[in-house]
This record gives sequence, structure tokens and C-alpha cells, in this order.
Amino acid sequence: MAAYPRKTEATGLLGWVDERFPIVDTWKAHMSEYYAPKNFNAWYYFGVLAMLVLVIQIVSGIFLTMHYKPDTALAFASVEYIMRDVPGGWFIRYMHSTGASAFFIVVYFHMFRGLMYGSYKGKRELVWLIGMALYLALMAEAFMGYLLPWGQMSFWGAQVIINLFNTIPLVGDQLSLFIRGDFVISDPTLNRLFAFHVAAVPLILVALVFVHIVALHTVGSNNPDGIEIKKLKNEKGIPLDGVPFHPYYTVHDIPAIVVFLMVFFAIIFFSPEMGGYFLEHANFEPANPLKTPEHIAPVWYFTPFYTVLRAVTLSPFMGTLAMFGAIIMLFLLPWLDRNPIKSWRYRNTAHMLNLAIFAAVFIILGYLGVKAVTPEYKEMGVRMTEIYFLFFAVIFAHSNSVKPGRYLIWFILLVGVVAGIDFWRFNPEDATSAKQIMWQWVWPVGYLVLTLLLPFVMRGCNAEKTVPERVTS
Amino acid sequence: MSNSIRKWVFVLIVPVLVLVILGSVGSAGHGVALQSANIDLSDKASLQRGAQKYMNYCIGCHSLQFSRYNRMAEDIGLNADNGFSEDDVATLLKENLVFTRDEDGKQTQLGSLMKTAYSPKAASEAFGTAVPDLSLVGRSRGADWIYSYLKGFYLDDSRPMGVNNTVFKDVGMPHVLADLQGYQTLDHNEGDEHHGAPALTLAKPGKLSAHEYDRVAKDLTAFLAYVSEPAQLSRKMYGILTLLFLVLFFGVALLLEKEYWKDIH
Repeated sequence: MAAYPRKTEATGLLGWVDERFPIVDTWKAHMSEYYAPKNFNAWYYFGVLAMLVLVIQIVSGIFLTMHYKPDTALAFASVEYIMRDVPGGWFIRYMHSTGASAFFIVVYFHMFRGLMYGSYKGKRELVWLIGMALYLALMAEAFMGYLLPWGQMSFWGAQVIINLFNTIPLVGDQLSLFIRGDFVISDPTLNRLFAFHVAAVPLILVALVFVHIVALHTVGSNNPDGIEIKKLKNEKGIPLDGVPFHPYYTVHDIPAIVVFLMVFFAIIFFSPEMGGYFLEHANFEPANPLKTPEHIAPVWYFTPFYTVLRAVTLSPFMGTLAMFGAIIMLFLLPWLDRNPIKSWRYRNTAHMLNLAIFAAVFIILGYLGVKAVTPEYKEMGVRMTEIYFLFFAVIFAHSNSVKPGRYLIWFILLVGVVAGIDFWRFNPEDATSAKQIMWQWVWPVGYLVLTLLLPFVMRGCNAEKTVPERVTS
Repeated sequence: MSNSIRKWVFVLIVPVLVLVILGSVGSAGHGVALQSANIDLSDKASLQRGAQKYMNYCIGCHSLQFSRYNRMAEDIGLNADNGFSEDDVATLLKENLVFTRDEDGKQTQLGSLMKTAYSPKAASEAFGTAVPDLSLVGRSRGADWIYSYLKGFYLDDSRPMGVNNTVFKDVGMPHVLADLQGYQTLDHNEGDEHHGAPALTLAKPGKLSAHEYDRVAKDLTAFLAYVSEPAQLSRKMYGILTLLFLVLFFGVALLLEKEYWKDIH
């Protein structure tokens, strides 16, 4: 048991508080004596930027809530009231709408940083899992918020998403009825999504951010070299390659925050719609349940998964499973990528190609999701979806570089899977799609050649490097 | 490969792959090419002419239900900066721009929203569809679309109103500006996309020359673009000030960082 009363070296008001709350210890543990690796690069800004955007969203959201009316008859007009009659209302609204997109941009960079440097390894699995839970909560938050302006895309986007639950066998209809609170998306739906958007999910988000950071500070931050800095300490027990988070990283983050804010405010003041990607043109028409828009496209940050949904045409339920599966696979990364080397810097070239192609495929999936379906785009969506899922098999195959013969076995196996799917779905009577299948197979096969056959054939592309003892600058 | 070269390969491979893969299939072009409206929202005279035309030709059916008369006057230059007193503005508005009436049959108050008494039901009976509010058409369709629409009416006997439109096929609306523009005919089928915009020729001239009518269309487009987002008149100025501040702040923040980090190697 701790001594009573609590001992403190602090005096005055701080001493008074410290006797009652471990404020000094907390400050030390998380700021002034939390040792972070000194070799963070620009990729490490996105965590703090995500927290900044969360604060922006909460503050701007509170002000929006003061004027917004969650009522299907009033919602659309109340948003325009904010845009026109509320002093500074347009600014608050653009902060919130731009913040939503900015949140996903920084989070996608933050997640890709984790992939590049293996930040889910070395007792950091829970940090990754909590982060993935945060990502899920963020998607739920964004989806629910998007219904609130009650524009055409709000309504029809929500229609598409909620109908996904319809596809679940047996309980689907009852489940989507339960979610909507009505047979169609209507006032009760808007009201409950509003409640979740402004109260329930933000609470979860803030709580998860807290847990994410506590877990991170328990195991310590990873770094671009993937070296555990706690292994080498000086006589005082301070990591040789560590610097106190405060003041070093607090002052280090400020210029990055300013650069982020420059981009953020440039969008708000000069191009708040971002060409129809941050605020979709069709959403400036009020929701009309009787008029389906020609082309329903979700907001850009959901489109990679929307393409996966559209690519799997086996059955609607399989499409839904594939879409959620695409997200669930990310949860499993710490157990799929079992290579002991964390950072791509010291992994083989094939792994670097694997990461780069995955990033490109994610962007292409996103692009396809905003476009209307043509035979070319449809087939490309299928091929990119294949690569998206193959990535997880390949990263597993790359876990062990000592026996490159395994790459060949994996290559044959995975090409077999791709060919099997093609054989099964090939239908010569459907000439347009058959023609597309006949040439777009080059994408997944080319991907497997580069990531599995290449390191098997060329020893140089399989060479891993020795991870240094100390961090490099 | 040295690590610095590998880093660049990694960074460049992503956009190259995206462009190569997406470039391997042609993108689908669709829709009629729109004419560029080329509006200038700082041209207050254009906004005022647009407002005047709108109030005379359009608001009978198309409300602007999120805008207020007095705010519009302020924004389009009928304000103290241009030497108009409050009374001047009120008189100008009441005599020239406010033609709508409130529930009591009196002229709409200047601080009121620009609603019309034309009910959706009556509109449906007359035109087969509800008449849309045009507050946000500048954002949902865009300025070029409005401009092309206003110039796109042509004679078509198969339609109930006797006219059709090149950018809004089978539109329910009559050609309200016909006395200004006159009537056009469509020369070749609009399905023939390869020849760009369908060729329209003036069959029966109106009161204005083609050039003068273009200006009317442009003024109306500018006015509707303004109405769709009044904040756009001022937000760019705030943007410049904000960025100027952030540039200065960036310099200070960078110096602070360098000062702290100079001992870390």
C-alpha cells in the first residue's frame, strides 16, 4: 500500500493536487519521462494528427449540434441555416466535413506506417488491435454522420449500407428492420443515428484512443528501424536511443501540425467540396426516397471496400462477407506476418514490393468505387480484390526467408487459386466479361510473380539485411 | 541497393502502379459537353442583373427558400459600402426585387426567406412534376450546367411545353426566357456525342441579340452560384489571412524545434 498521506515533492497547488491525484507521476510516465526513439520520421506525425483531428471533430461537432435538427422534415434546412444564417456557421460546418475526410487520410497513413515498420510486432499486437477497433468505430461514426445532412447521397448511401444487413440469411430482414426502426430509412433512423453519432460512438472513440495510448506507452513506440530501444539502456535505465517525449517530440510535432493545418484550412477556405469528393454534389439535393440517383457512390474513404462488395457477385451475402472480410484480415496481420524483422528497411525486396503494390491496389480500389461500373472497371475491381486478399497470404509466405523453395510452392498454390476462380466464373457466352477476364489476369499473376517468384529466382530479391544494434538517423 | 535508393523506389512505385493499372483501361466519357459559364462573383453588377432577372422571370415558380432578401442585397452590393443607406436598400428591394407575398397577402418582409406560394401540388398538375427550389442548384449541378441549361432550350413538338433541353432531356419546364432569347432548333441528334455540343440555331429571334442573351444567362448563373453558397464571397479572404499566419507560425515552430533538437544526434 502506498503511504498515507501520499508523499509528494511538489509544493503549492500542484502539491495539493498531487497528494490527491498522481498528476506528477502521470506526467512523467506519459510525457517527460516517456522515452521515444529519437529516429522518428515524417510517418510518425500521423498519430498526433489523428488526435488533433479528433479534437477538431468533437469541438466543431458540438457547435453544429447547437443548430442542427435531427428531424427528416428539418434536417436539410437546418444544415443550410448553419451555412447561411448562423454567424461563422459555414466555417464550423466545413471544419467538420473536411475533418471527416482528413481523419481518414491521416488514419490511412498511420496504418500504412504500421505496415511498413512492423509496428504490430514485439508485444504490440494489442496496440494494433485497439487501433483497428478505433478504425471500425471511426467508420461507423463517419457513416452515421453522413446521414445527418439528409441529402440524396446521405439517404441512398445509408440505404446501400443498411441493406447489406438484409443479405444475412434468416435474420437479415429482421436485423435491418431493427437497425432502421422502420421499414424504410426515415425519422426514427435519423434520430437513432444522430444519437449514436453525437454521443455513443464519440465516447467509444475517446475511450479507445486512451487505451491505445496506454497500451503503446506500456510496450514503447516502434521506430523506422524496428529496433527495441529499451534493450540498450544507460546506467540510469534510460534507453540510449530514446529522448523524453516532452519536450523533444512535443516541439517536434508542432511544425508538422502547422503544415497539416495549412492544407486543412486551404481546403476549408478555397475548396471545401474538394471537387465533389469531400462534399458530394448530389448531397446538395434533399433526400428523396422516391428518386434513386443515377449513380450512388459512397464518400471516398469507404470506396475501397465498396469496390470489394461490388466485385464479389457470387451472392449478395458473399459480397457483404468479402467486404467485412477485407477489414477483418487487417486485424489478423500480427499473426500473419511472422517475420522477426519489423521494418521493411531490413526485409527483402519482395516484401517491399508487396507493401507498395498493396498501397497501390488500395488506391485503385478506392478509385474504382467512385466510378460507374463498366466491363473494364468491373473486371479490374475483381482483380484488385484478388490482390487485396492475396496480400495476406503473401505476407504470411514472406514470414520465413530462409527456405525460398516455399515461395515456389506458394506461388503455384496461389496462381492455382486465381486460375480456379477464373475457370469457375469464365462464361464464353458473356463475351464482354470473358474478354476482360482473358487479359486482366495479368494483374494478380504479375503480383505473385513479383512477390513470390522473383525472390525464388533472384537471390538478391530475397536478401534480408542485418538489423543494426542502434537506430540510424 | 542502398537504403536511400530503396526508399525512392518504394515511394515512386505506388503512383506509377496506380497510373499504369488504371491507364490500361480507357475511362468512360459520358454526358453532353457543357459550355463554360466563366462567371465572376466579384462582379457585383452581374450579380445585381442576375438577381433582377431571377426575381422577374424565375421566382414565380422557383423559390430560394434558404436565402433572405436583405442578406442578398447586402451580398450583391446594395449596401453601405456602395453608398446605399438602409432606407435606400429597402426601397430598391421593395420596388424592384420583392414580388412575392406572405400568408397575409402582403409583400414579403425583407428579412424573410424567399419562398413562393406555388404549391408542389399545383405545380405537379401544371407541369407533371414539383418545381424544384433552386437554392443549391449551383452546387448540385454546377455553374456550367446552369449556363448550358439556360442556353439549351430548343423547339420540340413532342413535348407538352413545345420545348426540350440539350442538357436536361425532356424537361417539364417551358422556355420562360423565350421572349428574350427567341426559339432555337436542334440540328442534329444529340445522341451523336462525337461532334461535341449539339448544334442549336436561332429559328425565331427574341428581344435580345445572341450576345445579349448570353450575358443574361451568365448573370443568372452567377446569381444562382452565389445563392448556392453565400459564404464563398468572403471565405477566400479568410483563407489567405489564415495561411499567412500559419506560415509565420511555422517559422517560429521550426526554430523552436531546432533549438531543442540541436543536441540530439
